[in-house]
Amino acid sequence: MSAHLQPTGSAYFIARETERPETHTLSVLVDNEPGVLARVIGLFSGRGYNIESLTVSETEHEQRLSRITVVTRGTPHVLEQIKHQLERLVPVHRVVDLSVRAVELGQGKPLARELALVKVAGTGEARVEALRLAEAFRAKVIDANTEHFIFEITGAVAKIEQFIAIMRPLGLVEICRTGVAAMNRGPQGM
Amino acid sequence: MNARTTSESGPREMTGAEMVVQALKDNGVKHIFGYPGGAVLPIYDELFQQDDIEHILVRHEQGAGHAAEGYARSTGKPGVVLVTSGPGATNVVTALQDALMDSIPLVCITGQVPTSLIGSDAFQECDTVGITRPCTKHNWLVKDVNQLAAILHEAFHVATTGRPGPVVVDIPKDVQFGKGIYVPPQTAPRTSYQPRVQGDLDKIREAVALMASARQPIIYTGGGVINSGPEAGHLLRELVELTGFPITSTLMGLGAYPASGKNWLGMLGMHGTYEANMAMHDCDVMLCIGARFDDRITGRVNAFSPNSKKIHIDIDPSSINKNVRVDVPIIGDVGRVLEDLVRLWRATVKPDKKALYPWWEQIARWRARDSLAFKNSDDVIMPQYAIQRLYELTKDRDVFVTTEVGQHQMWAAQHYHFEKPNRWMTSGGLGTMGYGLPAALGVQIAHPDALVIDIAGDASVQMTIQEMSTAVQYEAPIKIFILNNQYMGMVRQWQQLLHGNRLSHSYTEAMPDFVLLAQAYGAHGIRCDKPADLDAAIQEMIDVKKPVIFDCRVAALANCFPMIPSGKAHNEMLLPDEATDEAVANAIDAKGRELV
Repeated sequence: MSAHLQPTGSAYFIARETERPETHTLSVLVDNEPGVLARVIGLFSGRGYNIESLTVSETEHEQRLSRITVVTRGTPHVLEQIKHQLERLVPVHRVVDLSVRAVELGQGKPLARELALVKVAGTGEARVEALRLAEAFRAKVIDANTEHFIFEITGAVAKIEQFIAIMRPLGLVEICRTGVAAMNRGPQGM
Repeated sequence: MNARTTSESGPREMTGAEMVVQALKDNGVKHIFGYPGGAVLPIYDELFQQDDIEHILVRHEQGAGHAAEGYARSTGKPGVVLVTSGPGATNVVTALQDALMDSIPLVCITGQVPTSLIGSDAFQECDTVGITRPCTKHNWLVKDVNQLAAILHEAFHVATTGRPGPVVVDIPKDVQFGKGIYVPPQTAPRTSYQPRVQGDLDKIREAVALMASARQPIIYTGGGVINSGPEAGHLLRELVELTGFPITSTLMGLGAYPASGKNWLGMLGMHGTYEANMAMHDCDVMLCIGARFDDRITGRVNAFSPNSKKIHIDIDPSSINKNVRVDVPIIGDVGRVLEDLVRLWRATVKPDKKALYPWWEQIARWRARDSLAFKNSDDVIMPQYAIQRLYELTKDRDVFVTTEVGQHQMWAAQHYHFEKPNRWMTSGGLGTMGYGLPAALGVQIAHPDALVIDIAGDASVQMTIQEMSTAVQYEAPIKIFILNNQYMGMVRQWQQLLHGNRLSHSYTEAMPDFVLLAQAYGAHGIRCDKPADLDAAIQEMIDVKKPVIFDCRVAALANCFPMIPSGKAHNEMLLPDEATDEAVANAIDAKGRELV
């Protein structure tokens, strides 16, 4: 009976992963109290989950609720565990997998936007080119002198990545990004 | 509001230290386990001035944590720990993680340096909430004395409800001295924490239908049944009686169903019985109640019970589908769900117990393999024999058993039989050597007239042996029954299985004389090395009204069987009569050696 069962090597759970990893965006509503972000981040590192992007700010001042947006990558099984593990934390009110919800709503993907500040230094041809491209990307100039620009750009992650890639040969100095803010389309709240 | 004039139970002004003692009283605490230090002196001063709460002074903070665990497991009430800042807090971390993994309610109060010094690397400062964040269910640093009372009440609420677990409340010394308004416990928990206790009736109906159709069913229970309380145990027994299903249990769940019950298959898992593991493998419907498909239970996951439909009752949604995919998940408290399950079964199912006859016949054939058998000896005490005799000579008493971790723990689980829940205290999830002695102390404090035995190994017991001094001080007559083989037995067994019998650092060359050690502590010491003398020696241990260290010299190289070797499935067990030296050497393949 057991002849066909080839040992995989351990009594520990080391099953070969057969599912493919996916990138999902989670919205986590939490009590804004000391240490709450550390609990969330510690859960991800402690259980070996990935964080690709993390955004947090108080969104309901009277109830002292913060909304944390986490972009994470894992197999559907791991993503389900992440959601359940987050829900176990005492200050966590709700966890919504926006990516799963978007599919349920027939919307493909949740709306996701990021803001970046991009500093570009240079003179002459490169400087003119940087400004021209920034206009094409609808990036705003929020600081400048004769040797640099700081652009503010808002948009989907891919657009920001593309803008940064284009600015790189034109004198890119530094980048600051906010991480993703996301919600689902349509009239319903999370 | 004039706070000062309100009644004893209403809001009133007091110091933070007074609040701690008042909150303990208001939450029904009778005993706490602790160790004083600079950052908790105000609380100790309050304890000195009252008689309602008895403080048990341990010898090391880890001991306080395990004693509180033993107290909690044997009573169903939360265990309470009080320690100082810095090393006091870090020493209790092992016990906190142990309680977290075994779902034991603990409330641990730690002192902290004054708020003005936090972050300055002050004397005996550590980031207690940072260090204990991953090993508690929740923790708090209290910076405002006016929030202290509410936080303490919330701490008890969080520790004891839902899936129970340890919590830490870290109180800076200035908050202990500060004055504020004390509020009594109230039933307004925060809105984000609402554990679900009632199971989904549709899912329970689905489970009943699946169970009614089963021809080869099994019930697999865990510590969740015991955590849910005595009613859950009664309902479990009723369910087994009604359905006629066979039942097995994890290490943590022993006692929920009586070992003398006719449907009992014994423990399952790595060192479980052949019949329990084979029935798990071949079943068509598995009802898992308050257990979590731990790796010591499942063996190789992708060969785990391949042909069964699985029903899983658990209060923690994250336990569902974590290790094993289940077909009918039911989230809720075991007691509440079983109540619905039993009611629906009674109302809708006409049990056809005859349909289970072939299954029971198959189980009888497995049982006939007698997987717990061992070759006894007239010359040396076999460890299994020692446990058997201990069981026979103590079973009719009001007895509680704790263990350390290793071979002796598995032999105790196999050969000591439990009829009631809350009688068996062992470190299951974390596997903490040194758990059993302080846990026994905690049990004895809660049950002063009971017979409390720590079945120990010679290596484990030395990790927390200092608590003998506590036992002597509080006249807690715990019995430390050491299966002394001079080895870290389970380490040696795995070295034999996995590493060519190269016994790297698993032999203790300088063993203390446990009898003299007992005498040094003011306890009673007994040594026995002959099977013929064993009964009389055990009787002496029972009769002595003092803490006892029993040095039971057992066969040095005995292995713990049956065993599911690494990387194998439930139906690939190594049985004692097949475990020749060659079979043991070849039990685990090269890949298994790499990965274990």
